[in-house]
Amino acid sequence: MQFLQPHSWREALEARAAHPGARPIFGGTDVMVDLNFGRKRPETVIDLTRVPEIREWNREDGLLRIGAGVTYTRAITELGNLLPGLAMASRTVGSPQIRNRGTIGGNLGSASPAGDALPPLYASHAVIEVASTRGTRRIPVGQFIIGPKRNVLEPDELIIAFIMPEAEGPQQYAKIGTRNAMVIAVCSFGLALHPESRSVGACIGSAGPTPIQPRDAENFIEDVIEEHDLWESRAEIPASALDRFGVLASEAAMPIDDVRGSADYRRHAVGVLARRTLTWAWNEHRGVAG
Amino acid sequence: MTTTPTRTRPSASRTRGGIGESVGRPDGVPKVKGEFEYSSDLHVEGMLWGATLRSPHPHANIRSIYTSDAEAMAGVFAVLTHEDVPGRKVYGMEIPDQPVLAWEKVRYQGEAVALVAADHPETARLALGKIRVDYEVLEPVTDAETAMSEDAPKLHLSGNELRRVDVRHGDPEAAAEVVVEGEYEVGMQDQAFLGPESGLAIPDGEGGVDLYISTQWLHVDQDQVAESLDLPPEMVRLTLSGVGGAFGGREDLSMQIHACMLALHTSRPVKMVYGREESFHGHVHRHPAKMRYEHGATRDGKLTYVKANLIFDGGAYASSSNAVCLNAATFACGPYDVPNARIESHMLYTNNPPCGAMRGFGAVQVCFAHEAQMDKLAEKLGMDPVDLRLKNAIEPGMKFPFGQEVPYPAPVREILGRVREIPMPDEQEAMGRDLRELPGGVSNTTHGEGVRRGVGYAVGFKNIGFSAGFDDYSTARISLSIEDGEPVVRVYTAAAEVGQGLVMVQAQIARTELGVENVVVEAADTRTGSAGSTSASRQSYVTGAAVKEACEKVRERIFELVRDEFGESDELAIEDGNIISDGREIAPLMEILDDGEISEIVEFHHRATHPLDENGQGDAHFQFAFAAHRAVVEVDVELGLVRVVEIATTQDVGKVINPKALEGQIEGGIAQGLGLALMEEIRIQDGEIQNASFTDYLIPTILDMPPVKMEILELADPEAPYGLKGVGEPPTIASTPAIVAALRNATAMELGRIPVRPEHIIGIPKKPPDELPQPESSRYSGIGRLEDRRET
Repeated sequence: MQFLQPHSWREALEARAAHPGARPIFGGTDVMVDLNFGRKRPETVIDLTRVPEIREWNREDGLLRIGAGVTYTRAITELGNLLPGLAMASRTVGSPQIRNRGTIGGNLGSASPAGDALPPLYASHAVIEVASTRGTRRIPVGQFIIGPKRNVLEPDELIIAFIMPEAEGPQQYAKIGTRNAMVIAVCSFGLALHPESRSVGACIGSAGPTPIQPRDAENFIEDVIEEHDLWESRAEIPASALDRFGVLASEAAMPIDDVRGSADYRRHAVGVLARRTLTWAWNEHRGVAG
Repeated sequence: MTTTPTRTRPSASRTRGGIGESVGRPDGVPKVKGEFEYSSDLHVEGMLWGATLRSPHPHANIRSIYTSDAEAMAGVFAVLTHEDVPGRKVYGMEIPDQPVLAWEKVRYQGEAVALVAADHPETARLALGKIRVDYEVLEPVTDAETAMSEDAPKLHLSGNELRRVDVRHGDPEAAAEVVVEGEYEVGMQDQAFLGPESGLAIPDGEGGVDLYISTQWLHVDQDQVAESLDLPPEMVRLTLSGVGGAFGGREDLSMQIHACMLALHTSRPVKMVYGREESFHGHVHRHPAKMRYEHGATRDGKLTYVKANLIFDGGAYASSSNAVCLNAATFACGPYDVPNARIESHMLYTNNPPCGAMRGFGAVQVCFAHEAQMDKLAEKLGMDPVDLRLKNAIEPGMKFPFGQEVPYPAPVREILGRVREIPMPDEQEAMGRDLRELPGGVSNTTHGEGVRRGVGYAVGFKNIGFSAGFDDYSTARISLSIEDGEPVVRVYTAAAEVGQGLVMVQAQIARTELGVENVVVEAADTRTGSAGSTSASRQSYVTGAAVKEACEKVRERIFELVRDEFGESDELAIEDGNIISDGREIAPLMEILDDGEISEIVEFHHRATHPLDENGQGDAHFQFAFAAHRAVVEVDVELGLVRVVEIATTQDVGKVINPKALEGQIEGGIAQGLGLALMEEIRIQDGEIQNASFTDYLIPTILDMPPVKMEILELADPEAPYGLKGVGEPPTIASTPAIVAALRNATAMELGRIPVRPEHIIGIPKKPPDELPQPESSRYSGIGRLEDRRET
């Protein structure tokens, strides 16, 4: 196995272009598991940890541009106030050791429907920036991930960063696991309120081939909020509407039965999480605890 | 931990580090720092790496095995199959029915078929891929009930029923005023030890071999390895290496014979280390069980009869299934006075992974069932569940349903009464708590919504040591000598330290008996006679007794020397390296011993046990240990997620030898019981393991494990050294049913199967969309369907 260690983004893209089948590695929390289990034995591995460009995050045109090599730990400590949903999701990832190594770029690269960082990206309409020696392109996250462990990255491309707006309202992330820590999501739900654009972003994790944006649920609750003028009044969302939001989220899920949970349970739990996360986020918007 | 002083203790010795003290682990700091050498860390220059080819099929005929391509690979030194097994081609502790390497047939997914030795583990792995095995795939028998049916394929010549034990006690026609029935199921739990199977075999150049190995019982390994290598046992020497946990999963052989075969074949040292996935295929698991129970009682709550039909899935090979089947039959009624009983315990061969020893050994499965039955009965009678248990608690002098008289102590009533008296944890408002104190934990699934509290009790018991006629002995040699001007005691046994703390117990006993602080517990190996297995919670008792008696003999010889020299006739003692007579120091040990060494060897045999007769009657066990548990849980009843708030436990240990180690055993045992209640299950589909990794075989983390309040009773067993009882297993037995009882209390769900999954707790409807609000329903009105709203 060939192990390449580029020291700049340019070198990384050249290495990737020269070795199209090469496996990029950063934290290694997915890649090393595949290697150790013998599931994947790539000819070449490109270690991106020496590439400074992808370890940074900054503001760009009023948005946050976050390097693919930012770890979960840094998402919690450095971005917790700017992207609370992503930070909440990051807290549910693995153990402290895993959070120190694993990156959000890695979640995008693996494109697992259970990737904890993905629902917050969907809920805030993140855009993924990928590059090759041919140039750079930006793809909305919902179009970047196209199937279980499949994304649109070309063999010569690397993920450089993702771009998303700083939170303009409350965000939530909730995840079901059959133990209280260090667990892969049975299902999850990310939610972001966008008071300025008067919209609600939501995303179901681990209950379909990709993360799923429950458009009907989003549209429904946006309509309810508009109809009752709730963005301004900050009054309660009627309980029946919260329930309905849960039901629509549940209907949007496309879960399967597997060793982690049954499809029926996942569908049910998505509905409960949708209702609860919306309740918590809305209460925060109202300035009410809970 | 609170200890209830229920017996007078001997006056404290001046020698530090004796029994009763929290002596620390000698390997504690290295383990925490990652410096401890486990068997997977073994290394010698020039060693080769062994690897195992395993069957991908749970049931298949082997038409041919083609090894030439693998043999031709550079760096490959040996490729071995069943044809290369020098001696007995099968192994097994009770019944040698498991092929060292499969021939003609494989009976479970993961069965070993061929071996490779290569100069690098990666080369060995690639070579495995070049071995071609032509399988004729057969339909697997994947559950025990199917295996019982007449038309099921016979997996072994002896048929599919591996063992059946019937216990018939009292009147078979007994009728009762109140009857409860129940069906219970236990999934396949794994020992989940952290150190994978590993060892290093070094040929001695004279046809023999030295094996450095993680195991629970060096001598039973030695016997089986020697048989299969066709060598006399003295040419197969075993030394215990660093063991990373066991819990029963290392009682059977894994890579022992394989590594020795490769080493003798290549004349090179050979190391083998299983990966995690391979480990799940490479050791036995806890038996899954299906149990049907019927309890009869009088209206005022006295048990009239218990009927139980127990069906265990033994998997493909016998392992220790025989003994598990017997244990389950003898403990099926629980620690209760049951005047009439009919127990059928069946153990079946299937094409599932072999099952064998695991902490609790047959008592765990039936305790889940009999305790659920007691709760069910209490509910039907309108009685408090603890009161019902107290009313039926067995006592010394009564008879167990299997005919043995209940020996003293059997404090069922006392531990139940006391566990109820332990103060309950405070109940705080659920809303607004720290997430770590809510079901779902940091995954942020509830902020208090849907959280309900429940409380459950259970009591369980189990035999300590090997039963039913087995000559269950241990050997210890103690030497006392002067080294560098100081007295030193050396303890030689073959007893396996697997993390449980025997290494401290042995030293503590030697310090107490010989009054010498400097005690060295030597590495366990087969040069000393058998110590028996580190299982069945038996080592403190059996090896403890051997060490104690050998120390006593050494001490008596010293006293003889003192009497000869000083003419002392008063009672003598040794404290802190000095001979004491009538409270006065009369001489230092050094003076008595000079340069001499005093050495004594003792083989300790406990009281004989006897097999059960055809009615399941007999004095099968020699010691019983009891523990009671109270679980407080909080359940998110909408999501089925659980937080165990607290476990309270009372356990009779006879005598606390090492308080800290005892606490560790109790907490660890409860964690394993919690795991079985809530998450730990090897999921099998069509004979294939679906979750052979710690990604999906979940064990409790520190955030799942609650604080434990414990109260320890010290009711001395008059036959045991210091009165002690084995402590390792009882915490695992009743903790599981206590947690499930608490879940039932919180949710009113039946929960007849463990581990309990979230979907069981919320009783997920078959088709949830039907449960969603319909246009006609009240919840729906006022909001309407989205499409409708858009149109308006």
